[in-house]
Amino acid sequence: MNNSAKKTLKYLSLAVFGMFFFSFALVPLYDVFCEVTGLNGKISQSEEASAYESQIGRDLTVQFVSHNAEQMPWVFKPSERIMKVKTGKYSNATFYVKNNTNKPMTARAIPSVAPSNANEYLKKLECFCFEEQFLNPGEEALLPVRFIFDSDIPDSINNVALSYTIFDITNYDEVEIAHHDMR
Amino acid sequence: MSAVIESHHDDHHHGPAKGIMRWVLTTNHKDIGSLYLWFSFAMFLIGGAMAMVIRAELFQPGMQIVEPAFYNQMLTLHGLIMVFGAVMPAFVGLANWLVPMMIGAPDMALPRLNNLSFWILPFAFGILLSSLFMEGGAPNFGWTFYAPLSTTYAPPSVTFFIFSVHIMGASSIMGSINVIVTIMNMRAPGMDLMKMPLFVWSWLITAYLLIAVMPVLAGAVTMMLMDIHFGTSFFNAAGGGDPVLFQHIFWFFGHPEVYIMILPAFGITSHIIETFARKQLFGYSSMVWAMLSIAILSFVVWAHHMFTVGMPLAAELFFMWATMLIAVPTGVKVFNWVATMFRGSITYETPMLFAIAFVVLFTIGGFSGLMLAITPADFQYHDTYFVVAHFHYVLVPGSVFSIMAAVYYWIPKWTGNMYDERLSRLHFWLSFVGVNVTFFPQHWIGLAGMPRRYPDYALQFADWNMVSTAGAFLFGASQVLFLFIVLKTVLGGKKATPEVWEGARGLEWTVDSPAPYHTFSTPPKVS
Amino acid sequence: MFQRLKNNYRTIFYSLLTTSFYPAKAFAQWDNMNMREGVTQVSRDVFELHMLIFYICVAIGTLVFGVMFFSLFRYTKKRNPVPATFHESTKLEFAWTLVPFLILVAMAVPASKTLQDIYQDEEGEINIQVVGYQWKWEYKYLEDDINFFSNLSTDQDEIYNLVPKGENYLLEVDEPLIIPVNTRVRFLITANDVIHSWWVPDFAIKQDAIPGFINTAWTKVEEPGIYRGNCTELCGKNHGFMPVVVKVVEQEEYDNWIISKKNEAIKLAELTEKEWSLAELTSRGEGVYEKNCVACHQASGQGMPPIFPALAGSEIALYDKSRHLEILMEGVQGAAMQSYANQLSEVDMAAVITYTRQAWGNAENGDGAYVVPKDIVEYKKPKI
Repeated sequence: MNNSAKKTLKYLSLAVFGMFFFSFALVPLYDVFCEVTGLNGKISQSEEASAYESQIGRDLTVQFVSHNAEQMPWVFKPSERIMKVKTGKYSNATFYVKNNTNKPMTARAIPSVAPSNANEYLKKLECFCFEEQFLNPGEEALLPVRFIFDSDIPDSINNVALSYTIFDITNYDEVEIAHHDMR
Repeated sequence: MSAVIESHHDDHHHGPAKGIMRWVLTTNHKDIGSLYLWFSFAMFLIGGAMAMVIRAELFQPGMQIVEPAFYNQMLTLHGLIMVFGAVMPAFVGLANWLVPMMIGAPDMALPRLNNLSFWILPFAFGILLSSLFMEGGAPNFGWTFYAPLSTTYAPPSVTFFIFSVHIMGASSIMGSINVIVTIMNMRAPGMDLMKMPLFVWSWLITAYLLIAVMPVLAGAVTMMLMDIHFGTSFFNAAGGGDPVLFQHIFWFFGHPEVYIMILPAFGITSHIIETFARKQLFGYSSMVWAMLSIAILSFVVWAHHMFTVGMPLAAELFFMWATMLIAVPTGVKVFNWVATMFRGSITYETPMLFAIAFVVLFTIGGFSGLMLAITPADFQYHDTYFVVAHFHYVLVPGSVFSIMAAVYYWIPKWTGNMYDERLSRLHFWLSFVGVNVTFFPQHWIGLAGMPRRYPDYALQFADWNMVSTAGAFLFGASQVLFLFIVLKTVLGGKKATPEVWEGARGLEWTVDSPAPYHTFSTPPKVS
Repeated sequence: MFQRLKNNYRTIFYSLLTTSFYPAKAFAQWDNMNMREGVTQVSRDVFELHMLIFYICVAIGTLVFGVMFFSLFRYTKKRNPVPATFHESTKLEFAWTLVPFLILVAMAVPASKTLQDIYQDEEGEINIQVVGYQWKWEYKYLEDDINFFSNLSTDQDEIYNLVPKGENYLLEVDEPLIIPVNTRVRFLITANDVIHSWWVPDFAIKQDAIPGFINTAWTKVEEPGIYRGNCTELCGKNHGFMPVVVKVVEQEEYDNWIISKKNEAIKLAELTEKEWSLAELTSRGEGVYEKNCVACHQASGQGMPPIFPALAGSEIALYDKSRHLEILMEGVQGAAMQSYANQLSEVDMAAVITYTRQAWGNAENGDGAYVVPKDIVEYKKPKI
């Protein structure tokens, strides 16, 4: 094999490794992309939001939606299903959650916003999203959300749905429960 | 094929070894090309048998032959085997045989790597097929393996599937590296890039695409593996991941992959049409530019596979426009082929029949592709049989017909024998009728509303499904004839001249038929 | 996999009999070969777009294939022994790059316009959360706090060709989504487990249902009627068996339906309090079982081991009432069994547990203990 072939081989091998790592780089790139475009209504974690309180704007309807994913037996419901808010002004809402099983469990709620282009105008100062929620058997809690809509939100958006899906993330190896299925 | 080549080995200072070890240890590009082609044909038959199971179940409404769970395994394996086991290795086989002979090189640049990249393939597919016998069955999540169906909800065999995909990927990557190093460094003196035969050009571009995207596929399955076994949450919403991310990564690989399966077909078709029209190919340089633009555009259109996942308007518009743009270079290619035929001096040998069918039927697949690009209409087409009809039109009478055309066109060069013209025409017409009867009605079934990947369907789809199944069995049966014709040609037949075809152009036609075990040990001069 | 075939000669005979009749009548039906125009402005726009692009493709195809087949017939070796030698023409190549580009621009304009209309995501007068499950749909009416599941209602015997198939084979559900006509309805679409996709062809709505995320779609249907669709994203074994059925009714009928749904909830509460006999529970439970459990555990209770275990003769169904209850309430971690706590009413939950403890000889072989609705209410109360 001559030298130029060796050189070609070298840069091709580099390209292969480069692309492999690029595929992993797509993960953070995608998150940035989502935040910029509001793709999937994915909401970033609460940020420095006090700056967003501006002049109070128009009315907006916010709908709170909840869903229990997979095998999640908890009660999980918005305290209010619909709320009228003003843009540029903080609002508070809560979700009621209760562990009605007979074992301690941990959960995580994943937020999502529809329509997705409303996402970039929504800032949350306080949010239970992505955090682990631990509840003992029978325990209940009110989870707060404090949020604000930017006054720049386009006029076409009058109704925003704020959705939370709650997942069971209990580590069942740690919780000592006789764990057997029906086999 | 061995018998023929061995009969000539005395002419050369060292020929192939004897027996099975010749094939295991070979580093000869012609041997490895043959191995690839036979392997891909075996996979074509296995994947085809699975297609027959699918079509038999769909012959009538109701569940008759298999259970829905097994049906899903069949459609998954059918897709994976046809894409990674049949079409791609067939093109690599053709590249092995033809690229060195076309550029006047004695062999591939990295012969031992070449041997390795072939011999890991049977293991990859052995592992994949063995998953059929595992507890919980084979992968059942479609060849696109969307998370979380392929992660949290997958059968245990998914780990073997991942391993198998890694091996396939490694094989493709090594194969492409070999092709690029060969083309970039081993061309005969005087053969500039813009003098290269189009098949070589098409493979050069394909190989670059493979190097760009196969590692991404490897990354995607690695992330799956980590989600399944190491508790990460790339694609798991519960852990803060995103199932849609999987689709973006998959299609970032998947769309170039689609062109990987069609670009070499463009090269083959160009050669065959110019030979049998006895007229130089029209618009050589625009053909090259068209392929390059298709390859580049393929990186910015991936999300047209995902119009219904809920993307913002701007993204939907961008991907719609970018996708529509691909029609321009593709159109240029078709126009160039037609212009090559115009005022030519045409004869209709079997390779030409397949090439003409390729142009017509691939164009029909292109039209349905254009329709699918229109986002609002895609909301209705997406994941219906219309899509199934579309991609089978570009893959079966597209890629597969071009491979068959290539086999008929070059087999006299490979074996020294002419194929049976009468039987091969019969094979062509049976395949042509079979493929259209199978897939054309699927356009209608899809438009009328039958979703894809359904083991059972509503009654209004019954008639055309029955027709489609009849066509599928005709097409399947005619491939047994293909096997027979190839075997017959390998074993004997009318002797071929070195030039073989009256209008053939290119270095491969300057060597004897069959091509000696070693060709172009001293490079030819290209004017 | 061939086990079905063995005892199904009768069924194959049946289906051959039925299918041999319809080609004559159905082949003539253009409806079965093209996209539906549908019953909304959007679906009509999409249909027109589809036909427009189709005709453009036909025109281009006729032209290109026309020239090609002309060449193929006119310029054979016999008729044109000496080929021409031209092999490029910058003008021509430029023209057939530019012209298609202009045609594409002409296509892109109406397509982009329609897409923008679809994306006009304004406030809905009615908001319905649509949740995809393996393998059924749940509809939650957000304003009225009504929710129910919509299961395939086609009989297993029809699917396995034991009885003739009905008119709406695989496109029928036990409880359709009901919406009023001429009202802007907004759907918030999500999924419980894997990705599904909610498709109603007559509304031109197809939106993926993705676990953890919501997608929106809206419609304003102009004609009352029953509209049928499907799940269009591979979601596992019974992907083909979770149809979407939407019943569009006049506003008045809709209002009445909402009231009756709310009354149903009150009645259900009364049922929970009622004293149930074993026979009552078992017969109600059989219905619940057929709707919710047969897909995996099979009508025979034999399941499909190892993924879907048998219930007939299972240790838990025979002797372990409290674990039995726990599994239905909480699901089985890491297995296909999901929690039904939020899917079944207390009455149905008690009934189905009782049924599975009584059926297939389980009562005779085990302790025969049964569960009443109050047990479920008790279970749901805090334990501390």
